[in-house]
Amino acid sequence: MSGSILMRVGLQPDPYLHLADDAAIPASNTDILVSLARWQTDSAALRARQGRVGVRLDNHVDVVPIAADLARADLICLVFPGFADGRAYSQARLLRDRFGYRGQLRATGAAVVRDQIVALHRCGFDAYDLRADQDPVACLAQLDALDLAYQPAQDALESVRRLRRRAAVQLQD
Amino acid sequence: MYRYDAYDQALVDQRVAQFRDQTQRYLAGQLPEEEYRALRLRNGLYLQRFAPMLRIAIPYGLLSSAQLRMLAHIARTYDKGYGHFTTRQNMQFNWPELARVPDILADLATVEMHAIQTSGNCIRNITSDPLAGVARDELVDPRPYCELTRQWASFHPEFNWLPRKFKIAFSAAQSDRAAIRVHDIGVQIVRNAAGELGYEVYVGGGLGRTPIIGVKTADFVPEADLLSYLEAVLRVYNLLGRRDNIYKARIKILVKETGPEKFIEMVEQEWARIRNGELKLAGDEIQRMRAHFTVPEYASLPEEDAGYRAHLEQDSAFASWTRRNLHAHRQSGYAVVFVSLKANGVAPGDVTDAQMDALAELADRYCFGELRATHDQNLVLADVAQGDLYPLWQALDALGLATPNIGLLTDLICCPGLDFCSLANAGSIGVAQDIFDRFENLDHQHDIGPIKLKMSGCMNGCGHHTVGHIGVLGVDKKGEEWYQVTLGGSAENDASLGDRTGPSFARDAIADAVQTIVEVYLELRQNEDETFLHAYRRVGMAPFKTRLYPVKAAA
Repeated sequence: MSGSILMRVGLQPDPYLHLADDAAIPASNTDILVSLARWQTDSAALRARQGRVGVRLDNHVDVVPIAADLARADLICLVFPGFADGRAYSQARLLRDRFGYRGQLRATGAAVVRDQIVALHRCGFDAYDLRADQDPVACLAQLDALDLAYQPAQDALESVRRLRRRAAVQLQD
Repeated sequence: MYRYDAYDQALVDQRVAQFRDQTQRYLAGQLPEEEYRALRLRNGLYLQRFAPMLRIAIPYGLLSSAQLRMLAHIARTYDKGYGHFTTRQNMQFNWPELARVPDILADLATVEMHAIQTSGNCIRNITSDPLAGVARDELVDPRPYCELTRQWASFHPEFNWLPRKFKIAFSAAQSDRAAIRVHDIGVQIVRNAAGELGYEVYVGGGLGRTPIIGVKTADFVPEADLLSYLEAVLRVYNLLGRRDNIYKARIKILVKETGPEKFIEMVEQEWARIRNGELKLAGDEIQRMRAHFTVPEYASLPEEDAGYRAHLEQDSAFASWTRRNLHAHRQSGYAVVFVSLKANGVAPGDVTDAQMDALAELADRYCFGELRATHDQNLVLADVAQGDLYPLWQALDALGLATPNIGLLTDLICCPGLDFCSLANAGSIGVAQDIFDRFENLDHQHDIGPIKLKMSGCMNGCGHHTVGHIGVLGVDKKGEEWYQVTLGGSAENDASLGDRTGPSFARDAIADAVQTIVEVYLELRQNEDETFLHAYRRVGMAPFKTRLYPVKAAA
């Protein structure tokens, strides 16, 4: 176990063991999070287990050619190496929108903070490995306050364009 | 013009509250400096050489008189009594106090304005033709498309942390007044053979260190697919744009290094997948947006007003102003008026609070309460009846805003330069002043004819020097200010990048160099109709070089 993960319902214990590339694969019923390299090289051994398996992708990985394989993961963890490096936002949208990935999408790294959590949520993340200095209550409050956005994205929020369209139709009726 | 509905207002108000909270956390030491920097940039706030600089968005350059009055209020209350119109149709204030910036943003929100995404590595203010809606050579009004794009780009959750800043411009006219080929994305609104509206798209143009003309990535994107096409381009860029080197991070480098064909293929793959989704513009959606940009209630006027004709004959100063500072209007009896912000002794683009208040009053009286900012750092009153031109000119003249120099040498554009900007290598405002002094004689300027002089204080190129007919770039040589000169650039339909003349010029020699260039042109032009740009394209660099560097030519 590596600590806590913020989910929409609040802070939860992280059930996944973060496995180093040179560590032995643990007992069959432990949930583990592995690197993409490990995911690919130990594919058979990982699949033979009962525990859930998650995979961590660096933010320069092209998800398109490996998307079918990633669909089997119980968790995909995307990385924000710097506060201002937004590549994983697009990786998330591709995974959710283009490939219909439905497992847990977790954000980790320097950008997983209250000032970016709304954007993370809107792009399809549903689990946040908050940076150590972050207050989970303040982060959740940001999500609670979200009620309006111009763009259609991966969350259930109706875009302002859609709200206006509906209002226009109602006017006509 | 576009008016906010409750949704727009709520989003802008939320942003003000968010930024107030971020600023308070920063001042309380709870938000790291570097993170606050990134967040404040997305609200237009730079920390500059002497004080913060706040850049306020003027979407596609369009301003109401109430908004201009608010800018005057901000200049007076929070700054030193003036503001600066930029080359991206925005306004900058150079002396606000950090702790009061949230109050400025709150004031702006009361008139449907903000500073969102006016800096930082995100999608910036959308720019367009300052003559939108009144130009005779226009296919349709581009502003509804700009506003649809502005809303799509505002707070976009995926594209707020791009490799680098991202600028989008629209044109819908035959004559490109929005410099679309030197933008990250340039959109030309077109009609296809079947009579349908759509977009010709250019990607990867830009100025700065690596000036380059954009590549055409689509001949015709259907009208309803605007947002999905933009989203596809941005997604490819966000994933693949370089982040290892700030100077190679713009989309122009990605297009160049990937190769246009491969780049276009990636965009089209992504676009094909999303174009029929939620981003598709429904027909009535475009219609509803168009309804915000209605034609003003023009009076039915004759082609020529008798009083106007009389004033032209009686007042040669007025006549001279009308020849330079008016542009043809599509409506009979109306004219487009350019308000020159290039008066002697004033930094290009600067206006005082009193001038702004007075201009707002003039806009109310003579121009349906609207103004536009141009990327040449002037203002436009777009809908003035001919019969009102004379009193309007008198009022502008009294305000120092009627210099009859639009399109001429002293209608030069320049960045704030070393006087304000922490990036600059050299001053530009002082050089502008030298050139103004040298060419102040308007008859001489009229004789020289249309010429675009553009100056930047460093190679980031905010003054667009690479697309100036004459471009001047400030460089640092062992702590001294020197200036490189280019000739033959253009940002219009015939877009091209200027060619370097040769070694740079010292601060005390740069105005001489510009004068020499003008003299050579006057000597070799075939007739008065051959503009500087045409003459340069005909004769090339050689005759200019010979005169600019006489010693080397003799050696």
